[in-house]
Parts: sequence; structure tokens; C-alpha cells
Amino acid sequence: MKKLADIKGIKKWVALLLTYAVVQLLVSLNIINDYIMATLTTICINIILAVSLNLITGFTGQFSLGHAGFMSIGAYTCAIIIMRYPSPVSFITGLFLGAIFAALLGFIVGLPTLRLRGDYLAIATLGMAEIIRIVFLNLDITNGAAGLFIEVQYTNWLWLFIFTTGTVILITNFINSSHGRACISIREDEIAAEAMGINTTKYKVIAFIIGAFCAGIAGALYASYFYFIKPDLFGFLKSIDILVIVVLGGLGSISGSILAAFLLALISSLLQSFPEIRMVIYAVLLIVIMLFRPQGIMGSKELSLSAFKSLGGIFERRNGGER
Amino acid sequence: MPILTVNKLTKSFGGLTAVSNVSMELNHGELVGLIGPNGAGKTTVFNMLTGIYTPSSGNITLSIDGRDIRLNGKKPYKICKAGVARTFQNIRLFKDLTVLDNVRISMHKNIKYGLLHGMFHSRLHSDEEKRLLDKSIELLSILKLDHKKDELAKNLPYGEQRHLEIVRALATEPSLLLLDEPAAGMNPAETAKLTEVIGWIRKHFNLTILLIEHDMSVVMKICERIYVLDYGIVIAEGSPDEIKSNQRVIKAYLGEDMRNA
Repeated sequence: MKKLADIKGIKKWVALLLTYAVVQLLVSLNIINDYIMATLTTICINIILAVSLNLITGFTGQFSLGHAGFMSIGAYTCAIIIMRYPSPVSFITGLFLGAIFAALLGFIVGLPTLRLRGDYLAIATLGMAEIIRIVFLNLDITNGAAGLFIEVQYTNWLWLFIFTTGTVILITNFINSSHGRACISIREDEIAAEAMGINTTKYKVIAFIIGAFCAGIAGALYASYFYFIKPDLFGFLKSIDILVIVVLGGLGSISGSILAAFLLALISSLLQSFPEIRMVIYAVLLIVIMLFRPQGIMGSKELSLSAFKSLGGIFERRNGGER
Repeated sequence: MPILTVNKLTKSFGGLTAVSNVSMELNHGELVGLIGPNGAGKTTVFNMLTGIYTPSSGNITLSIDGRDIRLNGKKPYKICKAGVARTFQNIRLFKDLTVLDNVRISMHKNIKYGLLHGMFHSRLHSDEEKRLLDKSIELLSILKLDHKKDELAKNLPYGEQRHLEIVRALATEPSLLLLDEPAAGMNPAETAKLTEVIGWIRKHFNLTILLIEHDMSVVMKICERIYVLDYGIVIAEGSPDEIKSNQRVIKAYLGEDMRNA
């Protein structure tokens, strides 16, 4: 049994390394050009954002509309640091510092507001994100509404890959640990969870902190890839964009969030050629998907290797029939 | 030796006094019934004992291993950690989770690994998870639910959902178990079986049990002592036989006019 698990684990790592190597090869052969790379970066950043918001909203059941606020903290912290000291070391320092600041803010904001439920919490987190935006709009160090230009680009495929898979793996592990189950029990029935010995306030705040930390990482990756950040990029609409990915993928499904991040990027890049009606088609598509699958693409289920295996089983049987 | 001492417990909601000056004492290992007509305040007493309501006045003291813990005003999860577990009158399972997860969540308060061990799935994590799994299955097998461990709680038949609530409460390793109408909605055969099970778990886990129940066949059969509540006041206390013949209890249940009828 133990050996089997080891083999499975090794297989997983090999698959991950292979994915990294193949994309890296395509990048160095210039088959993946700048345009595709930018899309890929957006997808990776959106995966980090969606998976971390899913932890807060989908698994712990706390409706948050302030995720872009946490993202902006990471983005600005990292941007300011690499503009002063441009080096890869300061990029990583800035990235983690930004994530820690975001987590700290998550803690400070979470402690009082997580007593609120549902729509009240949504309004409170929305307010928090707006306050952050206004603060960045008025500070000197952030250069106000004009925003910041970052001359060097440190975010590359290696860092994107490390942080995206890292976030996904750590959050998936968390969900499958006893602490993660404590978070899920809050979503299911807060009173029962509390009566079974779960400190619900503590676990709501923990989910909020982890979510904010990851959003900070996403922000830092964004800042040092796209050269330019301004407060308006991290407004209410950005929070909604992330929420759309989470809901579309399925509240409570990590693989759903990943799938939805890919799907939305695909749809929006396919629609590039129709700029006039792009947003209309995008909206209609969202409405159609929600009408036919209100629980999201994956519901609360996860895409797993065994699902592929059972699919493979069907094909094998078909092949067998033909022979 | 009392394990739970309730002293002049009162709860008012605005102008309405739901529970007034209720005093009770539960001795270690006892099985005590709490009965009364609808709206007498039984569940309100339970909600105060488990911290869901804060009492307006009065005292609740839990004595375990010679230590006295004052329970009133404490948060529900702290009361659970002190050793009090409960079931709910209107079933409150984690419906969209599996039977196994329902039980494992109750064991969370006793896990030995921290957040980072969980995030990196360390050795300690897998050892502890193995222990949780084994223990959950052991507990589930008491009520013959172990073969349904992977089913969603909401898909269980009604009777088994009630059973799962009991298993989930047991998983918190309580000293005092509060059962809120465990036989509600069950047929006579299921009720008889449940009565047996309650007696068995009390002995096996060395529990003290306080039971709210409407089904007199259960209460009269297994309870050693009974408290009767009416309009928020304790109107009688005693053995099942004493309660059966108590005039005030008969009046509370059947009404004033029954004597003339």
C-alpha cells in the first residue's frame, strides 16, 4: 500500500516536471511567442487567484468580494521593491513580502468582519478593497492614479510554474487535511460545526489569511510581468472577474477553478477578432453556461486521475469490441 | 458525585421568560430524562448547556476529574472541548459531506498535527489521518454505519441520519452526552433498537446522558431519573414510577379538565 502511494506520488512529480519542461522547450524554440506567453501568464495568475478565492468562498463558505484588494497589495509591494533594487533576489523577496502584507491585512480585516454572514460580509470585503484602492490612489510612493512602470520583467515561466503548482498543491493538501475539513464544516452548518468543537472564527480567519497570501503572490507575479500597474486595475471589477472563474468552475472544486481559468482565457482570446461585440458574446456565454450548469462546470467534484482511468476503460472496451 | 450542576438557570427573550430558575443535578454515569409538553423550554435548556444561548442568569458547572468548569457564557466549541457533546432535534448533519467526514470533523479537536503538517502532508499527518480513519470506522460500526462511510449524509435514510448524529457526537469523546429527541420520527421497531443502543453506549463509553424525548416508551424504560419542565419551570423530579403518578405532571400533559372527564 505504502509503495503504491509512493509510485503514484513519483508519477505525479514526473508529470509536473514534464509539463514544465515541454512548455519551457516550446518557449525557447519560440513556438510559444510573446502573445501566447502573456495569455499563459494570465491563466496562471487567474488560477492562483481563483483557487485561493475558492478556499474562502467555495470551501469555507464566506462570500468575499475583496480579492483584488489583496492582489493589489502584493503587486504594489513587489513593484516598489524591484523598482528600487532590480534583481531576481529582490523580486522573490518582494513577492513574499507582498504576500505576507496581504495575509496580515487579511488577518486584520478578517477578525472583525468574519462575524458577518453572507451579503453583509460581501459588502464589508468590497469596502475593504475600495479602501485599499483609494489609499494607493493617494499615496506618493505608489504614484497615484498614474501608476507604476516596472522596467524589468522577472516573472518567467519557471516562477509562474512554481507558484501556480505550489498554490494548487498546498491548498489541495490543506482541503484534504483535518484543518481543511474544519473549514468545510463551517460552510455546511456553522452551528453544528461549533457544537462539534470547531473554533469557527479561527478557521474562517485562517482561510482568509491563506487566500489573501496567495492573492498577494498573484499580484506580485502580475506586477513584474506586465510592466505597469495602477489602482484601477485592482478595482471591484477585478474581484468580480475572479469570482466569475470560481463560480463557473464550481464552488468547492479546485480542478473546476483551473478548468474555468483556462476556458475563460480561451474564450476571450478567440473573441479577440470581434472587438465590438466581444464583451456581449462573453456575457451571453456566461449566462448560457450558468443556465445549463448552475452548479458550475465541476460542481463540488474534483477531476481526478481515476476519472481519466474510467474513461480509458470505456475506450479499451470499445477497442476490444472492434477486435 | 455530580458531573453537571445547573443552578437557577434562567433565559428570557425580551419580555418572554422561556426558562425560569431551573436547577438540576446529574450524577456521574446517570441517564436522566428531560420531558415536558411542547414549548416547555427543553431545547432552550440544551442550547444554554451547549453555549448556543447565553443564560440570562444562573450557573452551569461541569465537574470532570475533580475540576470544576463554569460553562455559562462559554463558546460552544469550548464547551465541546470541555467534554459536552450533543445531537440536534432537527437533524444538523453536514449534509453534502460523506458519513466518514461527518465523523472525522468531530475528531478535529483532538488531532495532533498542525496547519503546516496538513499543507505539506507530512508523515505525522498521514499517521494521524490513519488513526482518525480507523477510529471513525470503529465508531460507525457501533451503529452499523461503517459500510456506508462513503455515502453522502443527506442520502441516508432518516433513521440512520439520527444514528449518525449520535456517532458524530460520540466522536468528540464526551463525558456528558445530550440527546435532543433521538427517537423523533422513528417507528416502534427503530425506537426499540435505539433505546438498546443508548443503554449500550452509556456503559461502553462510561457516559452520563441527558435525554430529551417525547416517546414515553423510551423515557420510562431507560431513564433512572426524570425532570419535568412546564412553561420553563421544573414541576417534578423523580424516578419514572414517581413521575407517572405525579398529579402535576398528569395535569401539565393532559390539561386541567381531564379529572372531570
